[in-house]
Amino acid sequence: MAILVGEDTRLLVQGLGRDGTFQANRTRDYGTNMVAAVHPGRDGQKFEDEVPYFSTVAKAVEQTGANTGVIFVPAPFAMDAIIEQIDAGLELVVCISEGVPVLDMVKVMAYIEDKPTRLIGSNCPGVLSPASKAKVGIVPANIVRPGNVGVVSRSGTLTYEAIAQLVQHGMGQSTCVGIGGDPVHGTTFTDVLELFQADDETEAIVLIGEIGGIREQLAAEYIKEHVTKPVVAAIAGNSAPAGKRMGHAGAIITGKAALASEKNKALAEAGVHVVESPAFIGAKMKEVLG
Amino acid sequence: MNIHEYQAKEILDRFGVPTPHAEVASSAAEAKEIATRIGGRVVVKAQVHAGGRGKVGGVKLVNSPEEAEEVAGALIGTRLVTNQTGTNGVPVEKVMIAETLDIKDELYLSIVIDGDVGAPVVMASTEGGMDIEEVADSTPEKIFRVAGDPLIGLSPYHARDIALALNVPAKAVRPTTQLILDLYRVFIENDCSLVEINPLVITEDDQVIALDAKINLEDDALYRHPELAGLRDPNQQDPLEQRADKADLAYVKLEGGRVGCMVNGAGLAMATMDITKAAGADPANFLDIGGSADQERIEEAFKIIADDEDVEMILVNLFAGIARSDIVAQGIVAAAKETNAQIPMVVAMRGTNAEEGIKILADSGLDITGAPDLAGAAVAIKRKLQEMEGSN
Repeated sequence: MAILVGEDTRLLVQGLGRDGTFQANRTRDYGTNMVAAVHPGRDGQKFEDEVPYFSTVAKAVEQTGANTGVIFVPAPFAMDAIIEQIDAGLELVVCISEGVPVLDMVKVMAYIEDKPTRLIGSNCPGVLSPASKAKVGIVPANIVRPGNVGVVSRSGTLTYEAIAQLVQHGMGQSTCVGIGGDPVHGTTFTDVLELFQADDETEAIVLIGEIGGIREQLAAEYIKEHVTKPVVAAIAGNSAPAGKRMGHAGAIITGKAALASEKNKALAEAGVHVVESPAFIGAKMKEVLG
Repeated sequence: MNIHEYQAKEILDRFGVPTPHAEVASSAAEAKEIATRIGGRVVVKAQVHAGGRGKVGGVKLVNSPEEAEEVAGALIGTRLVTNQTGTNGVPVEKVMIAETLDIKDELYLSIVIDGDVGAPVVMASTEGGMDIEEVADSTPEKIFRVAGDPLIGLSPYHARDIALALNVPAKAVRPTTQLILDLYRVFIENDCSLVEINPLVITEDDQVIALDAKINLEDDALYRHPELAGLRDPNQQDPLEQRADKADLAYVKLEGGRVGCMVNGAGLAMATMDITKAAGADPANFLDIGGSADQERIEEAFKIIADDEDVEMILVNLFAGIARSDIVAQGIVAAAKETNAQIPMVVAMRGTNAEEGIKILADSGLDITGAPDLAGAAVAIKRKLQEMEGSN
């Protein structure tokens, strides 16, 4: 069993512009079951002559039984798309869109609080499970291998970096989860750790954090109390100056807890195998798993 | 996006937050005129996008319009170097002339988004005029925090709690409460990422006034505030950062670094900087070219790095998902040939069309060392640095 996605994933894609279309095609090439496309005004048409279009998410869910949604709409429309997907009752919503205003995400997180939907993102690469060929997002399918290491990261490209190193050292992945680089986001490190700990397919976990916020420290606390599987972690941004946003909206040092060194310290104290750079994740995991 | 103090004050005025009488001047003569109008003692404040200006002569108390003219004349047209700027400093093009107040107490008030709470948080402290990070470190019990509700906002009782925690005089409780509520509206209605009043002062006659104002606007939300987008002052930015902004590239110049970094993805860009530093050379910049950059943007990215006078070597680290390695390689070769840059490069290229990209670079005749991955890049940089130092 993978986490979050799997063989029963029935995917709805919202936002089929240039990037959305490109990614929807890669997703279908990989073998993920895309059941609906949502784009206002295209009712009755088909995406790539096969997947039905709907004007609304609710109608798409009603007619196709979609249970997972992925969002590629431009950032100014992302909040609306997320709320539409929550209201349609999707179990999992993954928002890829980058540059969503933080006050929009504040409202989304307040809105979703008592709803059954789980949100990943915004500004994230999404989720991929190699064994079940389920790709919800933009993680390149050609670099992954089925296996038993769970990967969770705030960064897209560092997720790919970690995957490549694991493969290079002969290890595959159970599920790869990019939780995104925005300061206010849905699913957190702690949420994913809980799922990996409970997942039979996952034997060990890679966690990649970065400067900003205190979520890595919260993850460390959780690991200390609840995670028995080995965790290898790296934090990016040790050389970043204070007060400057390093690309990701959430990657900014404002106070001591935001420092890479503080996060490394908290994780090491929780028994995590901390490497000084994401460059050494693969080798360390190999050593840990023997 | 940073804005100037005088612009922040204009926003506060619009929302009814009490501020001192102040006007902005672009010349010494104008400064004199304003000082005459305000009358008596005034404060001349350099308008720059950097803190720490008070410690380097950027804020001066003067006793007459003539003195205001003199001080303004000495500031305007110079560059101010503070502990928050690079060694080049930032240009002073305007000064603010403000009335002086009889101050009884200095307080601190700010609003930021707390990502871990998922809401805007009002922070207040009785330690006005100090660096709040220092207060948070040394005496965290002196900081009072209240989170606004994402849907309801800040309730008046919250604002009153803060006013009471700040121990303001009885007469000032109600106006302070109102000021906090108005400041919260400033934050929400303008999509700010920071509103900071340091100090918030209580005057001898128990009035509460925002003596200083710092507002940062959230870049991602500027599209819905066209009236605020015009407040941008590109002259306050590093010239290379200014060019990167125009090209829509996430770039941060790092003071004194030798190795220029060109990377796709923010996380990988940070990891690349880190490993450069670990290899013994300071990175010259953060640069994320993004996922879908075309060749033109790649060329501009390369030129920005190559035009940095501190850069002696360039590290390209690409893990192409959406991006295509061959297009990046073509951009690098075109830009390097155009700028005639003889800067040695270390290149790690993986992902989509990596083989084609590597071949384009190998055939280019440029000084390029290949590296297999992030760890390999560190080794290559170290070796290259030793070579360069050996040949000097």
